[in-house]
Amino acid sequence: MPEDKTIQELGLDEYKYGFRDPEEYFFKTPRKGIDPEIVAMISKHKNEPQWMLEYRLKALEAFYAKPTPQWGGNLNDLDFDEIYYYIRPMENQGRSWDDVPDDIKNTFEKLGIPQAERETLAGVGAQYESEVVYHSLKEEWEKAGVVFMDMDSGLREHEDLVREHFGTIIPADDNKFSALNSAVWSGGSFVYVPPGVSIDIPLQAYFRINAENMGQFERTLIIADENSYVHYIEGCTAPTYTTNSLHSAVVELIAKPGARIRYSTIQNWSHNTYNLVTKRAVAHENATVEWVDGNLGSKLTMKYPAVYLVGEGARGEILSVAYAGDGQHQDAGGKIVHAAPNTSSLITSKSISKGTGRSTYRGLLKVHEGATNAKSRVECDALLLDENARTDTYPYIEIEEKKVNTEHEATVSKVGEDQLFYLMSRGLSEEEAMAMVVNGFIEPIAKELPLEYAIELNRLIQLEMEGSVG
Amino acid sequence: MLKIENLHAEIDGQEILRGLDLEINQGEIHAIMGPNGSGKSTLSNVLMGHPRYEVTDGNVTFFGQDIFELEADERAKLGMFLAFQYPSEVPGVSVANFLRTAVNSVREKELSPMEMYKLIQEKMRFLQMDPKFAERYLNEGFSGGEKKRNEILQMLMLNPKLSIMDETDSGLDIDALQVVSKGVNALRGPKFSALIITHYNRILRYIEPDHVHVMLDGRIVTSGGKDLALTLEEKGYDWVRQEFGSAAQS
Repeated sequence: MPEDKTIQELGLDEYKYGFRDPEEYFFKTPRKGIDPEIVAMISKHKNEPQWMLEYRLKALEAFYAKPTPQWGGNLNDLDFDEIYYYIRPMENQGRSWDDVPDDIKNTFEKLGIPQAERETLAGVGAQYESEVVYHSLKEEWEKAGVVFMDMDSGLREHEDLVREHFGTIIPADDNKFSALNSAVWSGGSFVYVPPGVSIDIPLQAYFRINAENMGQFERTLIIADENSYVHYIEGCTAPTYTTNSLHSAVVELIAKPGARIRYSTIQNWSHNTYNLVTKRAVAHENATVEWVDGNLGSKLTMKYPAVYLVGEGARGEILSVAYAGDGQHQDAGGKIVHAAPNTSSLITSKSISKGTGRSTYRGLLKVHEGATNAKSRVECDALLLDENARTDTYPYIEIEEKKVNTEHEATVSKVGEDQLFYLMSRGLSEEEAMAMVVNGFIEPIAKELPLEYAIELNRLIQLEMEGSVG
Repeated sequence: MLKIENLHAEIDGQEILRGLDLEINQGEIHAIMGPNGSGKSTLSNVLMGHPRYEVTDGNVTFFGQDIFELEADERAKLGMFLAFQYPSEVPGVSVANFLRTAVNSVREKELSPMEMYKLIQEKMRFLQMDPKFAERYLNEGFSGGEKKRNEILQMLMLNPKLSIMDETDSGLDIDALQVVSKGVNALRGPKFSALIITHYNRILRYIEPDHVHVMLDGRIVTSGGKDLALTLEEKGYDWVRQEFGSAAQS
């Protein structure tokens, strides 16, 4: 399939390419950069309702109007005009396994991922063999009224539900990157869990059929209705290979009264990627939202999952771990807003920096007036693997209520010569000793992940550390 | 088995060991006693290979092998063990996890998880340790006595040929001291040697040494049998300084 295929060309021959069967063709915007025409093409290509087109166009205006944020990582080299804003994932299959960079292949190899799965993960193969397993699970969920599909399908099949909630937690004009995502979003997941339904097996984004989960601008919306429970796992610990350099997702979670949502992510971006993600949740009365967030790879990550505790008795937890290797900056943290009485929150942030890597904890704890008896604890720990590595902490705290209980604790530690010597004197090599210290450091996060993810997280960090020991 | 000849070592450019000689044969328990600052802890760190110490002269061989060519982990694999005076904390790593990794790295053939579990339980029972101890994070929040017991537990698990005990007795109450001694005495036999480094002779009442050496200013200034420890206790380190101070300075 020629690369320069455009929607106009496709439009000339609708029958042949068939909009009804969107997996059958490839599509890419005709040029780099973003303007109203491109946004309209994306929307038209997806056959979206008029309101979504309008939503996108309005978001584009917000994107233009907002300045690039200067308070976080260095975004000066990010050129919005050098990016294709929409490429159908099918197009990626025009690439072959030979095109995948060696370092990515090596990582797959070391993680012991089967070849078929590797190809899928690298975006060069068909969906891997989990479809059968997935299918039976899907039937079970459907019986219970659970909706779990990609966002484009969600919009087609559950338009009212989407329209009611889409963009209500993260308005398009919230920040420059949410505006960009709102204008050009594609893929992501749509999940709805009916009242009282508990899903015991985590929903995993990479099980999704017809997934566009390799998308750069995915959009996820999860609605947990009253007293329901869902654990959603996004991405995969294998390196995410994109030819493009910007990933900007928006994730909105709504936990209705008594519901609990746990959202776990471990992502390992290729080292040229700007990973700029807006994640926010609203927890209503007695609801709980937990973000478990692991960030590896990327050139710069800016990501601060947020929980707004708007109902009495709501609880929010944010657990994050970041690894910044040479040349990388992980600017991550969390935001908690207490807007109702008797709400509680916990932020635990762990960062590891190596070589010229830099990790930043940036967090906000806000307690509104009237949120009496709010309880919050923030703990951020940084581990430096060598002398050059850098870490900073920016904990913003705004408290308008007197009757609150907040604690904040920050530690910075270095892997010490004495610690390594101690472990080595028991027979561990220097690499093994270093890995043991690091795995111990992230243990409080790893133990919150499903076992296979925890193991992969540990192995990935070890791979990233390889050769880092002098 | 362990042969130290004319050992000189320094830290941060300051010479601490100034020509130390010592030979330990298989099955022997040696004690090195000396006042603070005599270089006792430096000796134990140098023998195990702490990177901050620099060896400037002399030889040390263990079963004929030059140990200065080996990293600390390789020395451990040869059968050397150091019970630390101040063991490091490793948060997030359980004692059990650490023991598994350590034991399997010094053994040629790995133990199965079941064998490992049994071995840990058995050794902990022997040292009168609470089974829950295995799930605690390594040395984190341990009392002084728990840290030392944990060192002895590691020693029993690793079953070394030579155990160097760096002031293991300091700060221990009688109960802990007895448990520590029980651990060492359990290994005592023709294939086990120990080098007990201590300030006081208290521990030597529980672990009877074959040889006692007195260290001053980075050298061994006199050696003898277990009676030497008693003499020291009676006369104190001032006596050592008066008697041997000039010799050490020369």
